[in-house]
Amino acid sequence: MPFLLGVSATGWAGTSDFTGILGCVQEQQQREFLSWPYLLSVRREYLMKNGDGRKGERTPLERNGHGPLNEIVLMRSLSPEIKLYKVKSPLIAKKRKAGQFVVVRLDERGERIPLTIADSDPQGGTITLVVQEVGATTKRMGMLREGDKLWDVVGPLGKPTEIENFGRVVCVGGGVGNAVVYPIAQAMKAAGNRVISIIGARTKDLLVLEEENRAVSDELFVTTDDGSYGRHGFVTDELAKVLQDGPRVDLVVAIGPAIMMKAVCDLTKNYHIPTVVSLNSIMVDATGMCGACRVEVGGKTKFVCVDGPEFDGHQVDFDLLMARLRMYLPEEQQAMEVLEQKAEAR
Amino acid sequence: MAEKKKLNLKREPIPRQDPHLRAHNFDEVALGYSVDQAKREADRCLGCKKPRCVAGCPVEVDIPGFIGRIQEGDFIGGARVIKETNSLPAICGRVCPQEDQCEKLCILAKKGAAVAIGRLERFVADYEAQHQAVEIPPRAPSTGKKVAVVGAGPAGLTVAGDLAKLGHGVTIFEALHEPGGVLIYGIPEFRLPKVIVKREVDYITSLGVELKLSFVVGQTQTVDEFLNSGYDAVFLGNGAGLPYFMNIPGENYNGVYSANEFLTRSNLMKAFQFPEYDTPIKMGRRVAVVGGGNVAMDSLRTALRLGAEKVTCVYRRSRAEMPAREEEIENAEEEGIEFKLLTNPISIQGNEQGWVKGMECVRMELGSPDESGRRRPVPIKGSEFVMDVDQVIVAIGQGANPLVAATTSGLETNKWGYIVADPLTGVTSKEGVYAGGDIVTGAATVILAMGAGRNTARAIDVYLRGKRSA
Repeated sequence: MPFLLGVSATGWAGTSDFTGILGCVQEQQQREFLSWPYLLSVRREYLMKNGDGRKGERTPLERNGHGPLNEIVLMRSLSPEIKLYKVKSPLIAKKRKAGQFVVVRLDERGERIPLTIADSDPQGGTITLVVQEVGATTKRMGMLREGDKLWDVVGPLGKPTEIENFGRVVCVGGGVGNAVVYPIAQAMKAAGNRVISIIGARTKDLLVLEEENRAVSDELFVTTDDGSYGRHGFVTDELAKVLQDGPRVDLVVAIGPAIMMKAVCDLTKNYHIPTVVSLNSIMVDATGMCGACRVEVGGKTKFVCVDGPEFDGHQVDFDLLMARLRMYLPEEQQAMEVLEQKAEAR
Repeated sequence: MAEKKKLNLKREPIPRQDPHLRAHNFDEVALGYSVDQAKREADRCLGCKKPRCVAGCPVEVDIPGFIGRIQEGDFIGGARVIKETNSLPAICGRVCPQEDQCEKLCILAKKGAAVAIGRLERFVADYEAQHQAVEIPPRAPSTGKKVAVVGAGPAGLTVAGDLAKLGHGVTIFEALHEPGGVLIYGIPEFRLPKVIVKREVDYITSLGVELKLSFVVGQTQTVDEFLNSGYDAVFLGNGAGLPYFMNIPGENYNGVYSANEFLTRSNLMKAFQFPEYDTPIKMGRRVAVVGGGNVAMDSLRTALRLGAEKVTCVYRRSRAEMPAREEEIENAEEEGIEFKLLTNPISIQGNEQGWVKGMECVRMELGSPDESGRRRPVPIKGSEFVMDVDQVIVAIGQGANPLVAATTSGLETNKWGYIVADPLTGVTSKEGVYAGGDIVTGAATVILAMGAGRNTARAIDVYLRGKRSA
């Protein structure tokens, strides 16, 4: 029952990390890949020859990025799995618009993961990231402390959300997607729209940014899959009611797990309501150079990093997106095992 | 005429790693000349009074000059001669297509093998570095002018180095987290060790060039913002980084990579060392690489080193038309790469989980020449067949990334998105903005980008000095 699990909105990471979310459900690829022992032997050889480049543990260091930057000035747990970070990055804070993201790398050996910017403070020079710990990198990020620095923060990337006065706009968020939809709801409200927000989570503890979303919405509905808070059910149940009973909706913005966005689009298609989704594909450089993030929109290949991340949801091939998000499941699990082993060793 | 040198038409071979061994490691394939070998090879040079080789070099290195120093045993002096016009000899000695440039014009090539200019260039550069004899050249007094260089690839590094020597303040803005551009993310370790790139980048920064990494021009800040915030000129050397796909069905299945992605994961992100490094890479057992250029050769040989059992090059024309360097094609053949020439993919087939399981191809034959002068490949009807592969790497070329041009007001681009710039001076349609390298010419070679960089640096210098007197 992938649909059910999807709408339960475990999260949003928009990264190879994200595959962790789907890991529990999907029939695993039975493809045979090269054995890791072989690779590790390559690695051992490399180390013997070149020495281990690391000094002590993996810790973020200051480096010649844009200044003495990327310091985590505030870190707060929003739920057991979701943390909020305020990161010093004045240029990005000044430039960033709703809908854009950054690429973060934790240390010298880190992967590049895209994270949507939830908010920014141009005066204070900080950006806000809300991150769910779904994979090894986001888990390691959660182990950092205030005062630590992220190795790289690149951005703002992607195109901003098109904001204008559409009329009545419904913003739908799922899981950590509630943090991503928040700046969009905020901008929509500021542009004069009537904003109806529907935010959902698997259970009450995982619901984030409820107050923030409420503050920028004319109406706010909450759903939880287990009924522990708000309406018992999925965001699509609430959306169906709004579409059916309420006055005409001019635009729907849906952000959350791919399966949730797909369900929202299936629903709004029946009502012919334009629907914008923000896609969370796997990226490497995130500047249009590699094509890792490619998706099909209206039958055409698009790069989420430069053509998106937002697209007309009715044109998106969600099945392809979900298949591509599962690409590195075995590696993701392996990375988690390594991380757990290290934690145990300590 | 009595003292006329006896022609030695045989080239000193360069020691290389054994093919069976090197197919399983990422160490450099060519090991470089020893002192004796270098001297023997250098002795073949006739030191022509009117050297034709120099005319074949995009940066006009004084080739007989530096080879003469080798003949005298002054290897460091040889390196200095090259560095008068080329700041990155260790790199050019390895990756330049000398057989199409300087060596092609060598007088010895008429009767036998040309002098191995590239190998000698590499030798003196490595010798200089090994003996820690790299000197930081004197900088002209500061002019107080500031230049922003976009992209830390071959073009950008060259412009930055040259302008810094002339006394201008230079800052390079690089989108990725490592400097070097294609030298870092594209060309693999076994062809160009990254310590060499780092050495050359360190040389450029030792000239006083400031390097800002993880800075995406067009997103973090725009060219217009640079010009409005104190920069007197901007050089665009952001390269041709947009991967082309074939636009055939099934190209988005899992297991299909652009060569850019495949090589970036392996080279820049060090995915071949996963899980010590965080970025993973998928390795198929039967890998097809589509394309016949240097990037395709790099992808083929990387896939082999990552452990693929069978690696096949699929190219739609014949071997004679392959744009890759002859030496790299030979290396690939030696290592056991299979070549399916005159073959063109039609579709990629996937399984139910969306993974590649095969590639349908059609055989081709060569028809009449097309606008590029090469004979046009034409499909042979009814010759379709399916290749059993579980990974496909698309290496059919790169185009212009629109990020910079699209965010710069008044900057003219052509219909392919390349920036319109004068080939000799890099002058664009926007005052104070210059461009060079792949973003102007389309995907080409490291040395052409450097040549453009050198010429443009001169033009920018003239512009900045004019600005001062105005």
